[in-house]
Amino acid sequence: MQTPWIPFIPPSASTLSDKVDALYFYLVGVTIFFTLLIWGVLGFFVIKYRRRNRYEIPRPVAGSLKLETMWSVIPFIIAMTMFAWGAQVFFQLWRPPANAVEVYVVGKQWMWKIQHTTGQREINELHVPVGRKIKLIMTTEDVIHAFFVPAFRIKADVVPGRYTTLWFEATKPGRYHLFCAEYCGMNHSGMIGSVVAMEPTEFDSWLSGNTSQQSPAVAGQQIYVTLGCVSCHGASGEGGRGPALEGLFGKQVFLNNGQTVVADEGYVRESIVNPQAKLVNGFGPIMPTFQGQVSEEQLLQILAFIKSLQGETQPTTARPSGPVPGSSPAPAAAASPGAVNR
Amino acid sequence: MEEFTPPVPSKINYINAQYGLKSWLLTKDHKRIALLYLGSITFFFFIGGIYAMLIRLELLTPQGDLLQSTTYNKVFTQHGIIMVFFFLIPSIPATLGNFLVPMMIGAKDLAFPRINLLSWYIYMLGGLITIYALLAGGVDTGWTFYTPFSTTFSNSYVVAAGLGIFINGFSSILTGLNFIVTIHTMRAPGMTWFRLPLFIWSHYATSLVMILGTPVIAITVLLVAFERVAHIGIFDPAVGGDPVLFQHLFWFYSHPAVYIMILPSMGVVSELIANFSRKNIFGYSFVAFSSLAIAVFGFLVWGHHLFVSGQSIYAGMIFSFLSFAVAVPSAIKVFNWTATLYKGSISFDTPMLYALGFIGLFTIGGMTGLFLATLGVDVHVTDTYFIVAHFHYIMVGGAIFGYLGGLHYWWPKISGRMYPDGWGRFSALLIFAGFNLTFFPQFVAGYLGMPRRYHAYPPEFQVFNVLSTAGASILAVGYLIPAIYLVWSMRYGKVAPGNPWNLPGLEWRTQSPPPTENFDYTPVVTWEAYEFAPPEETEVVGRFRDEVPEKV
Repeated sequence: MQTPWIPFIPPSASTLSDKVDALYFYLVGVTIFFTLLIWGVLGFFVIKYRRRNRYEIPRPVAGSLKLETMWSVIPFIIAMTMFAWGAQVFFQLWRPPANAVEVYVVGKQWMWKIQHTTGQREINELHVPVGRKIKLIMTTEDVIHAFFVPAFRIKADVVPGRYTTLWFEATKPGRYHLFCAEYCGMNHSGMIGSVVAMEPTEFDSWLSGNTSQQSPAVAGQQIYVTLGCVSCHGASGEGGRGPALEGLFGKQVFLNNGQTVVADEGYVRESIVNPQAKLVNGFGPIMPTFQGQVSEEQLLQILAFIKSLQGETQPTTARPSGPVPGSSPAPAAAASPGAVNR
Repeated sequence: MEEFTPPVPSKINYINAQYGLKSWLLTKDHKRIALLYLGSITFFFFIGGIYAMLIRLELLTPQGDLLQSTTYNKVFTQHGIIMVFFFLIPSIPATLGNFLVPMMIGAKDLAFPRINLLSWYIYMLGGLITIYALLAGGVDTGWTFYTPFSTTFSNSYVVAAGLGIFINGFSSILTGLNFIVTIHTMRAPGMTWFRLPLFIWSHYATSLVMILGTPVIAITVLLVAFERVAHIGIFDPAVGGDPVLFQHLFWFYSHPAVYIMILPSMGVVSELIANFSRKNIFGYSFVAFSSLAIAVFGFLVWGHHLFVSGQSIYAGMIFSFLSFAVAVPSAIKVFNWTATLYKGSISFDTPMLYALGFIGLFTIGGMTGLFLATLGVDVHVTDTYFIVAHFHYIMVGGAIFGYLGGLHYWWPKISGRMYPDGWGRFSALLIFAGFNLTFFPQFVAGYLGMPRRYHAYPPEFQVFNVLSTAGASILAVGYLIPAIYLVWSMRYGKVAPGNPWNLPGLEWRTQSPPPTENFDYTPVVTWEAYEFAPPEETEVVGRFRDEVPEKV
């Protein structure tokens, strides 16, 4: 770790880590105060009222409703301050801001596979620019893992069959621990890596140094063609026998059972691996399942492709900063069909 | 009341009333069954302890060098399974509870003596199957058996270990059932609900949790086995299942199970604090009802184990709120115990040292629980050594301190012999020191980010692990000393009088060890709980007649 190691707290390197630490210190302060208070009273009584005569029988004492009420209500009120503050921080940790840059994460026994929307792939390393909001969309190919970055005070389980998200904004350049925090089998303690926070300019040159890879949206489009999705959903997602995909992401979808759902990551994923679960109103149960035919990474790429059908203004799939020459012509290509149709 | 005549203790008691292995294996005497349990759980405790030492030795260095990672994973899994299911859960209820519930309420036995014996056989069967699983190749899922690792990916003896836990659950259920019926129907004349010792109240609350919670873990383990063998698709998302459903089911039992461990211990501590300060418990009814409140609220907080599991954040908020609510009855107990000491006559016998140690450590365990109930902090510290430290403060600092305190307190009654008090106090202090040295550094390592269940770890965490391992060595010695002197005292200890501490509880108003039927005649209770009196009034209420000819 680059930051000097201070005992008692890990490096604090995200916009939220100081908020978690402040809450933590509040808890430490309150609990130490009450622990010492209880110990102090206990110790005082134990010494003051130690047995002096073998046969003494102290006078029995009746309880006191006033005291009981006091020491029920005061701890409850203090606990509620902890609850409220904790819930407030929790909401900030779990509510990703709208303009965050997406990064895809797939856990696998025993490695973290990461892909940027610009195509760069990493294993057990995640490079991020300082000062930009990053949203991780995560899943796993096998068992439950947990993505844990102590320096950012964030952690979330990755769960097979669904997407979970985390977000953060790094504040200090440096190399920070990345741990798998949910026990995942033999090499659990080897499922570790680093999050590398870089100055934005450095990050951009790092991005441009890794040019050979397709963006997930382009890769997703190729899978879309290979799997034959085109025959029903149209070459550019305009629809046909299957529902239109263009402009779908994030919109409300009317189902044939009268319900409506929001077409989020989880819905898109489910519609690919278990198409009969939620049928779009007006369409029959004709789509076969693709369970087992696409890997989690491919699913994320198809998802990126479907997201790219929104048009050019969708911030989550756009480049984090201005285009780096030659780095990847693909996003524009992927985005163009949607744009043309619009 | 008739004239007080000094009673003549009988030479016949529950231990020597019958001889031979068969008389033990077919006994229906709750006190003998308690001893069967005592021997068995001690055996399991030392197996679990050996695993603990292997964990601590491995973690002495950052590299994974002593054990292979697969072995290490099995070691911490088996440490958890053995300690939780085969030591902590039965520890106080099945030994001290079995022995004392009938004696404290003035009954001759539990309501269903045969069911009581059956529960021990079920426990042993579950234990033997689990031992088989360990010897055949072990389990590597963690004691939490999280799916889909346990159902699909683990290549170890999950079904066998699950079967052991499944079977063992029934012994818990039977014990709980027995206690509830006994407490309802077999109290001696005059033993009203509010004259019951708080030990009984806490066992009543524990029994409720055992009866209501244990079936859920049984079903859950069964579903894991079905899923593993037949792939029925309950937990596997590829077939429409939900792996997080397992966590809900598992913690629906396993969080209340913490209260199965800690409530009886709180009952013991209530007894010790009152009796060794010779004061009635301050706020008796608050302490009694807080046990019931903990038992009920304990069923509503399981979701606080799932704050980062992909559970809805609103569900997280509700579970956080309820977790803070359950902290209040625990706080009430601590305050009332402390207030009980006020103007008491406090002695420092071994059991009292354990009771004071319990309050000190349970305070830390409870306070750190607040960190985990706080959503924003839990995200960072969950699944780290902070959690490990927290629950060991509750389970060791709480449950085991209560257990050892109670075992020493009632040892003269159980064995008829006194233990060496000097050694007792020494080992109590040693355990206290060793325990804190082992687990306190883990809070710091946890906040720094060291994940739990790591076989190898980054070198910056080593200092905390060295401290922990050093503490664990002291702790091991601390546990061995009582094991040695308690066994020694059974033969060489000073013969214990019926009431060595001059206490008012019914269990002290009969000889030590008690006769098979506990009391020579049914006691009539005319005093309140913890109503201390001069020795001649509390010495014994029973009159003991040698109706069986003395052994030559």
